Formats: sequence, C-alpha cells, structure tokens
Amino acid sequence: MAIREIALPANRATDLSFVDRLHSLVVTVDHKKLGLMYIATALGFLVVAGLLAVAIRLQLAIPVNTLLEPDVFNRFFTMHGTSMVFLVGMPIIAGLGNYLVPLMIGTRDMAFPRLNAFGYWMFLFGGLLLYFSYLGAPGLAGHGSAPDVGWFAYAPLTGRAFSRGNSTDYWILSLLLTSVGSTVSAINIIVTTITLRCPGMKLMRMPLLVWLMLVTNFMILLALPGLSGAQIMLLIDRYLGGHFFDTQAGGSAVIWQHFFWIFGHPEVYILMIPAFASLSEIIPVFSRKPIFGYPIMVGATTMIGLISVSVWAHHMFSVGMTSVGNTFFAISTFLVAIPTGIKIFNWLGTMYGGRIRFELPMLFCIAFLFQFLIAGLTGVMLAVVPFNWQLTDSYFVVAHFHYTLVGAFLFGMFAAFYYWYPKAVGRLLDRRLGLWHFWLFVIGFHVTFDTMHFSGLLGMPRRIFTYDAGRGWETLNFVTTVGAVFQAVAVLLFAINVVRSARKGKLAGNDPWDAWTLEWTTSSPPPVYNFEDVPIVRSRRPLWDLKHPEDPDWKYEESE
Amino acid sequence: MITEALLQPESRLPSSRKVAVACLVLTETCLFSIFVAAYVFYVGKSLTGPTPHEVLELPVLSTICLLSSSVTIVLAEGAFKKERKRLFQLLWLLTLVLAAVFLMMTAVEWRRLIYEKGLTISTNLFGTTFYSLVGLHASHVIVGLCLLLLVLIFSLTGSLVQMHRERIQMISWYWHFVDAVWVVVFTVVYVIGR
Repeated sequence: MAIREIALPANRATDLSFVDRLHSLVVTVDHKKLGLMYIATALGFLVVAGLLAVAIRLQLAIPVNTLLEPDVFNRFFTMHGTSMVFLVGMPIIAGLGNYLVPLMIGTRDMAFPRLNAFGYWMFLFGGLLLYFSYLGAPGLAGHGSAPDVGWFAYAPLTGRAFSRGNSTDYWILSLLLTSVGSTVSAINIIVTTITLRCPGMKLMRMPLLVWLMLVTNFMILLALPGLSGAQIMLLIDRYLGGHFFDTQAGGSAVIWQHFFWIFGHPEVYILMIPAFASLSEIIPVFSRKPIFGYPIMVGATTMIGLISVSVWAHHMFSVGMTSVGNTFFAISTFLVAIPTGIKIFNWLGTMYGGRIRFELPMLFCIAFLFQFLIAGLTGVMLAVVPFNWQLTDSYFVVAHFHYTLVGAFLFGMFAAFYYWYPKAVGRLLDRRLGLWHFWLFVIGFHVTFDTMHFSGLLGMPRRIFTYDAGRGWETLNFVTTVGAVFQAVAVLLFAINVVRSARKGKLAGNDPWDAWTLEWTTSSPPPVYNFEDVPIVRSRRPLWDLKHPEDPDWKYEESE
Repeated sequence: MITEALLQPESRLPSSRKVAVACLVLTETCLFSIFVAAYVFYVGKSLTGPTPHEVLELPVLSTICLLSSSVTIVLAEGAFKKERKRLFQLLWLLTLVLAAVFLMMTAVEWRRLIYEKGLTISTNLFGTTFYSLVGLHASHVIVGLCLLLLVLIFSLTGSLVQMHRERIQMISWYWHFVDAVWVVVFTVVYVIGR
C-alpha cells in the first residue's frame, strides 16, 4: 500500500472565510471545539440571564416601582433562574468536561465524538426554544408569553387552568431537550474517563478534575430523570387530561415538589462539583505544592455525591411533612456539610506553607473559599427546621443560594477561565483588566448578596414584584441594586478582556503557569490530535516528573 | 521494559460501548423509578372507579412471551458467535415475534380497558398512572423491536458480520433491561397494586 500524503487542515482559522468557519463549527466533532462552543454559548446565555437579573434589581431598587409590570416580573425571574441553571451552569460543566477531560487523561478525543456534537446541538436548540417562547407561547390560544411559573414550576400553577397558552409547554419541552443533551454528554464523559485513559493513568492517578467530573456526571445520570419524568407527567396532565398533579382528582401537588427536588438538590452539587474540580487543579499549582490529601478528596466528593441524593426534601420543610421526614432530611443535610468541610480543609492544607502566587485564577479561588464557607454556613442554618420555617421563601434563601451559585460556582468558573484560557486560545488574559474584573465583582457580589441576607431576616419574601415603603427594606434593596450594577460592569470588563486578549494578549506558550497535568505538555491551543506521542504516566503529576527527573513524584507515590 | 509494564493496564480497560450502555441503563432505571414511585404513591387514591381490582387481569401469556424472548436472544447471540447464520436468524426472528406478540397483547388489553371498562388516561388517577407506566415500558419495547428488526434486515442482506458481535450483545443487554423492567411493572401493577 502506497503511503499517501495527508493534506493538513489550515492551521489558523483566520485564513478561512466566515462561511467556512461557520461550516467548520456546524460539522465539527472535535472535543475541543465543542467544549469551547458549549462555553461560549453558556456565556451568551449568562449575559442574557444576567441582564434579566439587572432588570429585576432595578424594579426592586425603590418601593412601588413601576418599571416592570407584575407579569413581566414573573417571566423575568423564571427565565433568569431557568437559564442560569440549565443554559449557563449545565453547559459550562459540559464544556469544561469536554475540553479538559480528554486532554488531562492523555487521549485524542471523546469516546463518542458524534454523540458529543449531538449533545451540544440539543442543548443549543433547547435553549433557543426556551427564548422563542416570547414569540411562540401565545400560539393559537392567544394567552401567555415566556414561562412565568418560577424555575421549579410548582403545581398547581402549571396546570391547564392556571397556565393558559403554551408558556409552560415551552418550559417543559426546552428543558427536556437540554436534558437529553446533558445526559448524552454525561455518558460520553464517563465512558471517556473509564475507557480511554493513556497508559499508566490508573484511576487513582487521574487529575482531581477528572475524578470530580466523573462523580458529577454520574450524578447527572441519577438526578436528571427525576426532572424529565416529572415533566413528562406534567405534559400528560396538560395534554391528555391526566391527574398526576391535579388535586381535585386526588392527585398531589406535593409530589411534584418531591420529584422536582429529587432532581433539584443533586443539581446544586452537580453545579458545585465542577467548581470544586477547578479549585483542586488551580490551588496546588499556585501554591507550588501537590494537593493535600488526594485520596480524601476523591472520597469526600463521592460522599457528597451519595449523600446529596438523600437531602432533597430540605427544600420542603414548610410543606407539612411528618416530623420524622423533617428530622431525616435535616440530619442528612447536616451530614453533607462534613465532606464539604473536609474539602475546604484540604484546599487550605494545600495552601498552608506553600509559596502562593497571587495570579488571577488564584485570587478567584481564594474569594471562593471565603464565600463558599459562608454559603455553607447559611446552608446549615437553613437545614435547622424551625429556622427554616421562619425564613423559607424569604430573601435569606435567595441570598444563600446566590452565595453558592455566584459566590462559589461562578467564582470557580472564572478561576477556571483565567487558568485555562491561555491553553485554549494561546494567549493570556490581560492581568490589569482581570484585576479590575476581580475586585469590582467581589465588591459588587458582597454589596448585593450580603445585604440580601438582612432584607430576608427582616421578612422580605421572594418573588414579589414590589413592596410598600416603611417596612425597613428600602435602603437594603437600594444597596443590593447598586451592587448588581457593579457586577454587571465587572462582567462587561471580563467580556472585553476575553475578546481583546484573543488578539492582543501576551503569548502563553505551552505551559504559562508551570503546571503539572498533561494538558500543559501540548501546544496552546492544542492540535486536533492533542498529543504527538501517546503520553505515559507514572504519577499524579506527570509534567512534574518530566521537569524534575532527579526527583520524580512516582518514587514517593509508589512507596505510599 | 517500563512501557511494557505500563501498557498492560490500558489493554484491560473495558469497552466503550459496554460502559455507555450500562450508563444508559442506569439513567433509564432512574426514569422508570420515578414512574413506579408515582404509581405506588397513587395506588388506591383514585376518587372514582374503575379500580385495578375490578378491571385488571394478570397478563400471564404476554409475560411468558416477553421473558422467554430474553432466553431466545441469548441463544441467538450464542449462534452468532459460533457463526451459525441460519440458526441465528431463526432465533432472532423468534425473539422479534415474541416481542411483537407481547405488544399486540398489550394493545388488546388496552382496547378492552378503554372500550369495555371505560378506563382511559383521564378517567382517574389509576388510569393516569397505569397508562403512563405501562406505556413508558411499551415504548421501550417498541424501540427494542425496531432494533431487532434492523439487525434481522442487516443479517438477511448479509451486511451483518462478526465485527458487529458486540453491537448484537448491546442490543441484547438493552433487551434484558426492558425485560427486567417488566418484571418490576408486573409485580407492582398486576400483583401488589391489584
């Protein structure tokens, strides 16, 4: 057989015309391109859902404001919550997993590249379908617009009688589509991790990010069917006259809450674990120490995964469960704080005695540690049933979960962006703009969400479109809104930085951070085939072994 | 020397297809669990009749058909492995026929329930949960039937070769899963729930 010359594809995408570039995105099955497409799309939805949040805050800035009509307000907070969870959080995880897992375990691509592309397009069209509801939901019925039932869509609000038109159907169908996308992407990442590791990459040598991604994707497989099943039942109720959530025919509105939160609470950890994963990679590199307690980290993550599927009803203490039920879910919620605490101590243990470099990714990680601690503490407070009865559905709860999802998840993701951007683009993000982004975002975050705790303690309920003056909430709400503006400006600076640094940033080279995992051995951005030679791994820090042949890690790890 | 020792664990890594189908089965199990939970939760909570006790009959014959199709598919797999093509096709066809008989008997049961007993999906909670759960299972049988049919066509046209052995095995795994779900549905709906 004669050896034919293989035409190499053009190296720089800029040589191609716009249509060619678009075409290459549509037909791609490359895990790196798909990963970046996931992340870029998620950031697009982050901006949209963020603008919705700003509108919500402007409406609440002063009492008896008339900026947003009540029904528009309902749509805005529903779309904000739904988008942030399903169109921002989930695809960022899928994107991060897609981009990093094959690189970190030293393989060429995912196990099922075409399935991978399918997952992305399902997610994208699911997301577009959700926003198309603004135009399509009135349909023939002439009622409704975007979904307005809250991101957890409690029955009976979603019944035919209370949700006319098609807004709730758009909510159901778009999320079913994105769930299919998330499921196939989760299967793909699990299979890749289990079956495509490079020689020597035993399970207990995998980078922690890969381990944590494995756990989080297993949780997606366990939790998402809860939502999909409940949504199918809701469709049956709405279109076939079923009675699942129809209390007049003996159905139960409470069971919707159970089904939703069987999905909903693991979902919180599904979002959080990838943030933990990024921290577990970034903190060691910028502390110049290997991660403290690697096996404990793996164990603690698995524990979080297991316990978090048995805590769902702590969202439902006020619904009138039995005292046995309340006690069980309170205790299991306390339990989940233990492995989470272990993780915080491990990160601190890694930093302790290290030579810490305060680069941008590390700054976001440090802020994460402070904020996640407070988020965890308010979480434990809310797990105390009587306390929960007092503050459920108040701004205290809103403050608590925004502390986890913004203060921890989003900060973790920003850390990951600053850390891996040079690998994906080949250029470093600008440090000066990054510092502005960091400090403005930290200040904005605390101004917004610290004050929310107090308006909650003073009795301000969630989801109200306005409030009367004289309740003592005016100043707090105004301050909260000011903080939101800070955050918006910070995200704008980040967006500018991302776009500008792609052209003008400092060249990164293969390994700008002097890191230890396999993705830094290849060029930035990595070639289509990832690695010229199949890497062979002998320890948890293969790149350290390569850089320090006189003092390799495997000597210590093998003697462990 | 070192590479030799290091390469070994990799060659022992499981096949991608098997892990993927196992994951699919896991997530499908969770989906069915939700529907089974809803069924169990609503047993006896219907405000109006008919009740399961009044209208349901034990689907013994269709259950035998479905469960024995799990046996025939295993035998077919064995025949494929030994490259006995005719035997494989016969056993595969038998599996397909058994699945089709199961579906047909479900259809007959539903027809009887709807036209004679007046039980539809909107009649009461029992109808809602019954048709959802059994229907979800039946839809999985339909998917399995399509897969079985495709394999039979490929085999008859001669495009099915030994290379595809693992794919045959995966369809068999899926089919066993559908059967196992039926055992649960049968127990919950027709034995305990009645």
